[in-house]
Amino acid sequence: MLHHVWIIPALCALSFVLTLMFGKRTPGRGHWIGITFVTAAFVLSLVTAGQWIQRSGDHVETQAQALADVDPSCSTTSAELAKSGGTDEGHGEKAAAGAADDGHSTEAAASEGEGHGAGAEKAEKEEHFSRPIVDCVHWFTSGGIDVTVGTMVDGQSVLMLVVVTLISLLVHVFSTDYVGGDRRYTHYFAFLSLFTASMLFFVLSENTLQMIVGWELVGVCSFALIGHWWEEKPNSDAALKAFITNRVGDIGLLVGVITLFFVSGSRFNILDINTAANEGSISHGMLRIASICLIAAVMSKSGQFILHTWLPDAMAGPTPVSALIHAATMVVAGIYMVARLYPVFFEGLQIGGSSVNLLVVVGSVTALFGALLGFVQKDIKKTLAYSTVSQLGFMVAALGVGAWTAALFHLFTHAMFKACLFLGAGSLSHANHHSFNMVDDMGGMRKVMPRTFATYVIAALSLCGIFPLAGFWSKDEILAGTGGWNYANGAYTFSMIMLLAAAFCTAAYMTRTVWYAFLGEYRGHHHPHESGPRITIPLIVLSVMAVIAGFANIPEGFRMGLPASWALKFEHIVEPVGIFFPGKEQGFTHAEFNGKLALVATLVGVLGIVIPLAFYYGKLPFLVNLSSRVKFFGFLKRILENKYYLDWLYTDVIVGFVKLPLAKATYWFNQNAIDGVVNGAGKSAAATGRWVYKYIDQGVVDGTVNTIGTVAGSSGEELRRSQTGHVQQYAALFFAAAALLAGVIVVVVGG
Amino acid sequence: MLINQFLLLAAVLFSIGVYGVLVRRNGVLVLMSIELILNAVNINLVAFGAQHGVSGQVFALFVIAVAAAEVGVGLAIILLIYRNRHSIDLDELDELKG
Repeated sequence: MLHHVWIIPALCALSFVLTLMFGKRTPGRGHWIGITFVTAAFVLSLVTAGQWIQRSGDHVETQAQALADVDPSCSTTSAELAKSGGTDEGHGEKAAAGAADDGHSTEAAASEGEGHGAGAEKAEKEEHFSRPIVDCVHWFTSGGIDVTVGTMVDGQSVLMLVVVTLISLLVHVFSTDYVGGDRRYTHYFAFLSLFTASMLFFVLSENTLQMIVGWELVGVCSFALIGHWWEEKPNSDAALKAFITNRVGDIGLLVGVITLFFVSGSRFNILDINTAANEGSISHGMLRIASICLIAAVMSKSGQFILHTWLPDAMAGPTPVSALIHAATMVVAGIYMVARLYPVFFEGLQIGGSSVNLLVVVGSVTALFGALLGFVQKDIKKTLAYSTVSQLGFMVAALGVGAWTAALFHLFTHAMFKACLFLGAGSLSHANHHSFNMVDDMGGMRKVMPRTFATYVIAALSLCGIFPLAGFWSKDEILAGTGGWNYANGAYTFSMIMLLAAAFCTAAYMTRTVWYAFLGEYRGHHHPHESGPRITIPLIVLSVMAVIAGFANIPEGFRMGLPASWALKFEHIVEPVGIFFPGKEQGFTHAEFNGKLALVATLVGVLGIVIPLAFYYGKLPFLVNLSSRVKFFGFLKRILENKYYLDWLYTDVIVGFVKLPLAKATYWFNQNAIDGVVNGAGKSAAATGRWVYKYIDQGVVDGTVNTIGTVAGSSGEELRRSQTGHVQQYAALFFAAAALLAGVIVVVVGG
Repeated sequence: MLINQFLLLAAVLFSIGVYGVLVRRNGVLVLMSIELILNAVNINLVAFGAQHGVSGQVFALFVIAVAAAEVGVGLAIILLIYRNRHSIDLDELDELKG
């Protein structure tokens, strides 16, 4: 299965085609096709994951052996390693020596030599190499460059395979009830399948060109699904906004990939680019340019601050689509790309060094500012959308501080509880006549929707980082990654404080949604009821995952009596080790579990839950109407309600500035400054001009021009008559001319 | 076999076609005459193809395909003209007169 993993996206793509072509005529109007194929894809993903886990347990001695399953036809790194390994491949030391002789003295070969020399000094873990499997076929040749298309299977892509297919399957099931009876039901399911297929295609990409294709496909699918109910103007506007905002970042992606192509010696292969970046054979400045361009792409796709504005608007789409976008497909694509090309960012932005890099700033700011925005939303889905923005900020910050595994781990756990929250919100609105307004139309849903309530609260607690749910482990790993208080250079302390503040806000706004939606008295005017099993079963599955997903990566120092082999399982399976990934030599380290930090983070989360609850139950009277009593808080609230005026900045200031004031200013400048000079020059010129006009212009020039004009006019008048409008006369002229031409050719050639 | 006979036949067909295109007032007949011209070309192509290799035949096939498309479009135009003006007399269609 590891070599034939292309079947998984192909299954989903096939499902798209079949649903589109035959969906309407099958019973159930097409959802069975999608569900069947995505189930098959999910099962195959699990099989792949199982094989990969088994494979990651095997030990290999050398880098050449580790890359033995990389098709040499698509990766020059692998081809060179295979050549230098020679026939002795399999005998560890010789192969390593061969690799070193050939100038491939990367840290892998070096550490290998050391490992054999020093023997027991090296821990067993450090001799472990990841063994990615790359298969490819020839795609096209252009300008002497062979471009391939294929699959790259390693821990990271296997993780995404499972997450994407699982969430997609649950979303498919959920949707059968949620959009049941919709006017474009079949179309909807077709695009769900295509969305899944695109994301799978993206995560399995073996080269950067293929990544662009997947990236754009994901964008198109999100456009189609956000605008699913395009008859209403706001929905189609939201779809357009998502698409256009993403285009801004796509430019960055394109420029970044092209830069990488040229600086890495005309290579698209991810493994090759990573190896080149890691070995330091690409200049630092070029890597920095490439990584900054790529960050622009990440900012738009993964909703990072200032380009996040499309994400809340994307809530216009059907709720299951939001769940899919926010948990598995689309927004995590940016995170995935950074993780995939990590050496580029690691070297380009000096992540291991002491300076603060752009990723951390973007991530921390997004985490905090996104979380703050979650407070002022009336719409439960928009709160969740800002929550996603904030959590993606956590992941980007984690990648920025060098906590690669923490970021991917958080991606994994976040997918589970955020999908659960979104589907829960969908269940709520399903019961409330498709309203998402939790302030005016909900309340007291705890009694009528016990299953939705239970699953929503579990997922919310997980998001808040309450021990021992999934969110606790992953968030804590990110916080530990920032280095805590006493980190050697302390560069990321600001990031840790911002993330802690964001964690507090997260807990508080999630409590707010729970309060408005589930507690208190019902404020709507309908008769809500619990949703059917097709909605509640996915919720239950996801909430179970939201509880247990965190145990995949229990820190070594905090096992709570679980067997030692369980510890850091996720890190062992998912994290790449080898010449294509930063190692200890480049300063890539793992943060230790920090008990004090975990305690503080949990306290922050608990406080974030307790304070709003106390406030809502009237125990904190000094907070009531704070925003209307204290000017400062009123000011803050106004800023938040206007989403930091970013939409205003984009549409009114930037677009408006270009449209009106800039035009006005240019006009003013034109009138007063330029015209002043021109007038002065003009007056003196005018005197000269008059003379020239009288004699030269009127006499000589106009005379000539007039003559030409008259001739042209009269000849035109004559020629006009030939335009009779009779097509046959034209044909006669045409044939006559052709005959004449033929005669000339006969004479000239024949003569 | 001499090629002259084919060329002669093609020339005759071509001339008949040209004559039809130039003097017929009925749009459909003009289209038919165009077909004659195209087929005259086809005969040339096939005739030369028979002597110089297969590419002539291939071109003739292309011409036939294009001619079919052309007739489709032409007949559609004439049909619409007829619906609008109740006549397909080409002499009456002089709206582009200069």
